Amino acid sequence: MRKIIRDRQLVDDRWTYLEAGAAVPADGEIDVVVPLATFLADAPALLARDGRLGVRIEPGEGVADIVPHLAGIDLVCVNFPAFHDGRGLSYARELRERHRYGGEIRAVGDVQRDQVFGMYRCGINAFDVKEGKSIVDTLNGLKDFSTGYQADVYETRPVYQRG
Amino acid sequence: MYVYSAIDRQLLDERVAQFRDQTRRYLAGDLSDDEFRHLRLRNGLYIQRFAPMYRISVPYGMLNSKQLRKLAHITRTWDKGYAHVSTRQNIQLNWPALEDVPEILAELATVEMHSIQTSGNCIRNICTDHFAGVAADEVADPRPWCELIRQWATFHPEFNWLPRKFKIAVTATTHDRSVWMFNDVGVRIDRVENGTTYFSVQAGGGLGRTPMKGVVIKQDLPGEDLLSYLEAILRVYNMHGRRDNKFKARIKIIVKAFGPDVFAKMVEDEWQWIKDGPMKVPAGEVERLASHFTAPPYEDLPATDPDLQDLLATSQAFRFWYRNNVFAHRVPGYAMVMLSLKKTGVAPGDITDAQLDAVADLADLYSFGEVRTTHDQNLVLADVKQSDLPMVWEALTILGFATPNIGKLTDIIACPGGDYCSLANAKSIPIAEQIQRRFDDLDYLYEIGDIDLNISGCMNACGHHHIGHIGILGVDKKGEEFYQVQVGGHMGHDGALGEVLGPSFYADEVADVVEKLIDVYLETRRDEEERFIDTYRRLGIEPFRERVYAKDHS
Repeated sequence: MRKIIRDRQLVDDRWTYLEAGAAVPADGEIDVVVPLATFLADAPALLARDGRLGVRIEPGEGVADIVPHLAGIDLVCVNFPAFHDGRGLSYARELRERHRYGGEIRAVGDVQRDQVFGMYRCGINAFDVKEGKSIVDTLNGLKDFSTGYQADVYETRPVYQRG
Repeated sequence: MYVYSAIDRQLLDERVAQFRDQTRRYLAGDLSDDEFRHLRLRNGLYIQRFAPMYRISVPYGMLNSKQLRKLAHITRTWDKGYAHVSTRQNIQLNWPALEDVPEILAELATVEMHSIQTSGNCIRNICTDHFAGVAADEVADPRPWCELIRQWATFHPEFNWLPRKFKIAVTATTHDRSVWMFNDVGVRIDRVENGTTYFSVQAGGGLGRTPMKGVVIKQDLPGEDLLSYLEAILRVYNMHGRRDNKFKARIKIIVKAFGPDVFAKMVEDEWQWIKDGPMKVPAGEVERLASHFTAPPYEDLPATDPDLQDLLATSQAFRFWYRNNVFAHRVPGYAMVMLSLKKTGVAPGDITDAQLDAVADLADLYSFGEVRTTHDQNLVLADVKQSDLPMVWEALTILGFATPNIGKLTDIIACPGGDYCSLANAKSIPIAEQIQRRFDDLDYLYEIGDIDLNISGCMNACGHHHIGHIGILGVDKKGEEFYQVQVGGHMGHDGALGEVLGPSFYADEVADVVEKLIDVYLETRRDEEERFIDTYRRLGIEPFRERVYAKDHS
């Protein structure tokens, strides 16, 4: 079973990741994550399906297309094909702060220890760590810093508002 | 000068520990070269032609004597005994060993210094006027705002992995010394009204291979909204900046592609939902930061000093230095002194460990313990008593920093070039020296008057060649070094990019070409008041081009 980090804990993960074109299992016991294009092609059916629904966003896709459906989406996977492409950080903040999304936001792809602290502050609360990288070490990366100057998703006051 | 708070210190200590661990994991093979590259760049560490190049941050150019002594110690212990002042007001070392850098970072932290975000695709050091706080033509001191921006930009969780580097400058004067129109974003303090500071913001400026002057996209921005507005710009850039081609990844490319109006509208849309949130900066915070930049305890002094007047009358050498390297101060009886790091035969901007120590002593004795770095690669003692100028002059003469050429043809901006930099197509330093040797006669230099000559060893333009009145760019043609010459660039609020003169030249022809340009200027200027750049503006490039490319009939 896949191990991920969720809410600063190592946990088992049961979500099924589907690639473009893959058939969506009818079995409502199976929770699926579909690419944005798959979701948009058949949003009503996917939203009506039993079982939880996740949507994966690629860099460049933005979040505007899923905003109207956020109430029915349980998980947003933000893909980082390369850890040094930071678009997903803005997507996460927009989802959390502008659109008040309360579900899970999960970083997938090239997810490594040295980026997770910043990701977490942007509202990404789950991490599917890159294969070959230590998940325990990555968990420690969440403690690299004790604070930050800026407001973020968890600390809503920038340093100059904290008194 | 700004003094660290508990949170500044804590974050820096945590960064030192983080980078130490990153280096350890790299050396242990847990991080690949490419993975570590991105991490080390965010700590100022490049792998260069012969050794790593390590860039130390000097926020808005302010240094104290303790920091100078620490820099001297570091260059002595881990480098070859010299450092280099960059056009971003930072300090660069050319020879540290990779495995020593965590230790250097820890040493820097003991004097509230670091190398955070001095390279990599993140927000870089905030630059400003090197006369900030003492300039006569200043609307308000930009440094509290620089510090506010510095904190916001440091370890920003969302903007640490941008499409490309991001440079911000702050200006507050009628005569710009910050190059604000050619940063990715520039902010200008326009006025202070009823306690509110109002800003203009330009976006899309920059040099490099696609040089562009920025476009003002916001005016009348109250200071309390400055950070939220910058955040909105960065978010639009982070989401929409190009990542498919590193040469088209700077913000200027999307400002131009969308058009400044559309870009401004996108920023406005992002800004609307954050501007009235917790990012609003309370007046008390700006006051708190401003309390770090209060005027030093100036003495009540007469506007002129009689001994100084005597020396001016009797010593030509002193007079030359005073006219060129000393600038009027806001407070009677004081002066700003520019240290010229442009002595012929020394790489522009280079300073040795012994000189760093000596400058620290001079700062303690004569300028309240503070020094500034400048974008044109010199240093400033900003608060010197006029009566101390003779002694300061003597000390600087011994140090080799009294060359009376500030603002003149031999006060050349030059990147390290092909002697050090692995990006360079051609050398810069020997070209600077060739020109300095040709124009070493002071009478001739003063006849030519104020002029900016800037040299870059490649199109990345670290030497700001596009905004030199004369700009020189090193190019590579089939393995041989050539130099393209531009004319007519200049910084300032009405800044402009230079025009290419024509086909490029061999290295040993550059001083000849510069001399011909100067000849045209001296022959055609209206009077001595008309500077080189004014003559270019009046006559255009043709007379210069004709002379330089004229067939030699001799």
